[in-house]
Amino acid sequence: MSDSYILYPGCSMESSARAYYDSLKAIAGIIDLRLQEIDDWNCCGATEYLGIKLTPAYALISRNLALAAQQANGTRTVVAPCSACYLNLAKADYYMQEQPVLGQHVNEALAAGGLSYKPGSLDIRHLLDVLVYDIGLDTIKSKVVRPLTGLRVAPYLGCMVPRPDYEHRWSDYEYPVELDLLLNALGAEVIEFPLKTECCGGHMTQISPDTAFELIRRLISAADSHQADIMTTVCPMCQMNLDAYQSETNKKFNTSFRMPIVFFTQLMGLAFGLDAKDLGFGQELVSARNALAKIGIEHPAEAPAGTAKPKKDGSLPMPAPLPPRNMHVVGKDKVAK
Amino acid sequence: MQNMEQERASAPPKQIEDLSLLGEVSHRTAGVSRLEMCIQCGTCGGSCPSEADMDHTPRMLFAMLRAGMRHAALMSNTPWICVSCYHCVVRCPQNVHIADVMYTLKGMAIEAKLYQDSTAPDFSQTFVDMVEEYGRSFEFGLATRHYLKHFPLRLPNMAPMGLGMLSKHRMNITPTRIKGIGQLKAILKRAKEVEATS
Repeated sequence: MSDSYILYPGCSMESSARAYYDSLKAIAGIIDLRLQEIDDWNCCGATEYLGIKLTPAYALISRNLALAAQQANGTRTVVAPCSACYLNLAKADYYMQEQPVLGQHVNEALAAGGLSYKPGSLDIRHLLDVLVYDIGLDTIKSKVVRPLTGLRVAPYLGCMVPRPDYEHRWSDYEYPVELDLLLNALGAEVIEFPLKTECCGGHMTQISPDTAFELIRRLISAADSHQADIMTTVCPMCQMNLDAYQSETNKKFNTSFRMPIVFFTQLMGLAFGLDAKDLGFGQELVSARNALAKIGIEHPAEAPAGTAKPKKDGSLPMPAPLPPRNMHVVGKDKVAK
Repeated sequence: MQNMEQERASAPPKQIEDLSLLGEVSHRTAGVSRLEMCIQCGTCGGSCPSEADMDHTPRMLFAMLRAGMRHAALMSNTPWICVSCYHCVVRCPQNVHIADVMYTLKGMAIEAKLYQDSTAPDFSQTFVDMVEEYGRSFEFGLATRHYLKHFPLRLPNMAPMGLGMLSKHRMNITPTRIKGIGQLKAILKRAKEVEATS
């Protein structure tokens, strides 16, 4: 019987990476992974807040650490399935120990909300780490009822899980084997994927698309040249970039890749014999239908049509205006004096 | 020879460079940045997947910081092109926290209003505005505001993808607000005060 873990899902798990959350919930019971979600967690700031202001960025992250420590009941492990969330939580905890004045500043801020956090009082770990090293490959293998025999999978980790790895939890910074071993345990044919920890472009799809498209092209093209049927990720951002921007990347480079990108928990669920539709299959934009057919699994029909009701006035749904902000923004091509 | 001496004598006194810049950047970086330890080996640029789009390699940028070239360093697009992949960080023989130094430089550039293109600072600020308002990120609001302002011509290409994300319930069209938004706002307000006085 395993201990229970504190779960920090992160914003993506409730939107773009719903398939990740659905499949995680579906497999958790099978491997006796007990997760209790942090009550009223907030966004970790992704890679954005750190580039604006230091103390607020770390205070934002640390509210989650404070809530998790408060809620921890005999456990000290926080699990994050998202790479950026995992790194931000781990980074805050590590830097507040390395540089105590940062911890003091953050705690001054937290006090304004009646909270506090003692750096180092939690272990921050990524989901893959907990599955491989706590639940264990033997347990995972013992639950496989439908081995993924014959499915050629490209194991893709991206950047922020294996690096910078403050606590030295992974077998290597640049070519770790944990995901490969897990996929092997599921019976899949794991390709030697040379780019497994290369970058997916992160937020560059939003700010410098050409930078991002080139990184996406390298990854998809490498997986394709290794004849992968499917690529699997451990991060919502990686999935989003490689799946949702694959068509724009194809347009830019005049290629016609159709590489399905799914979360590793979805493949675990398939191997455990769960129904593909309960694992979020069908939510990917590049369909995994052919890959699933190769192992004799029927791909669920397209996800049901949106339930969003059109607004009465017929206008497009737009976000409410935000309060004015202090930052001065110069025109796109102008240089500020 | 004489000419050179004359030239030197008539040249205006050399500008005292901003020798505190390196220390300032290091001080403002989370953790112990070790920026002062850079030995200019260039492993960072050689490891960088997006270096081709940078106007200075990280190594050059750090030399500029050491030389006190404040304006040129803050104007560099390098921190904005950094994808936070941490390849340079784990390969740096001096263990400089390079990615975190890049975050510091972005913050300093925004503060000094020094950047060539507002797309990236705008994106970060809009993201942060949403988080400060709701406590959660709000991709739909962020994407619509950002694309309309910075990439209107990209919208036709983006439309099928956006519709796909919406119809597959992968993008919420209304934001989620955390219960403790008041608490979070109080924390962030105090954090900004602490930041201003430290």
